[in-house]
Amino acid sequence: MAAKKMAIIASKGTLDMAYPPFILSSTAAALGYEVQVFFTFYGLQLLRKDLSSVMISPLANPAMPMPIPMPVMMQMLPGMESMATMMMKAKLKKHGVASLQELRDLCLEAEVKFVACQMTVDLFEFDKSEFIDNAEYGGAATFMEFAGNTDICLFI
Amino acid sequence: MNFDKELDARGLSCPLPILKTKKALADMTAGQVLKIVSTDNGAVKDMQAFASQTGNTLLSMVEASHEYTFYMQKK
Repeated sequence: MAAKKMAIIASKGTLDMAYPPFILSSTAAALGYEVQVFFTFYGLQLLRKDLSSVMISPLANPAMPMPIPMPVMMQMLPGMESMATMMMKAKLKKHGVASLQELRDLCLEAEVKFVACQMTVDLFEFDKSEFIDNAEYGGAATFMEFAGNTDICLFI
Repeated sequence: MNFDKELDARGLSCPLPILKTKKALADMTAGQVLKIVSTDNGAVKDMQAFASQTGNTLLSMVEASHEYTFYMQKK
């Protein structure tokens, strides 16, 4: 039986949305899937060499569990974003959830293929030297070739 | 139950128990048994799914005071 395939399109760059693509792709790879992840738009942030800039905002995130109820007027105060990010990271660590760096390394070790959207790089005038070396650059048509033959295709 | 290698995955959450299991099995030969200890509630179902999808055999699972001990045999 041929190996199953999975494609993920990662379009978000916040801390909460960074986990699903890395967790799903590393787990699928561990189960024998051939996996490719296409990073587009804000998903490019997840390919930075330094992942410490990936943050989460408490603002306009009504589904985010908060330790205390927080009115919107408070959410937008300077420093709240950094605090929410710090608290989230501490919570993740406390519960033994892998860091983004560790998950990404595990993906690469499991030979998950990372494709970065060339158009997004051009659009935001990103400097490729800021991204990890193991990412290829491609466009939608290139990705469609793989995505069209997958058993699981996800948009995150 | 005899085992050839032990993996302490206590304190680690999904997907780390599975990922570390895969890594540990990779260095073992066919027929060898890996003992995994986990505190992750999700690991019970995850280990079963891992075994059925990769062809490795989950020999047994024991639960004792919030710790789950699995014996996984490499195919």
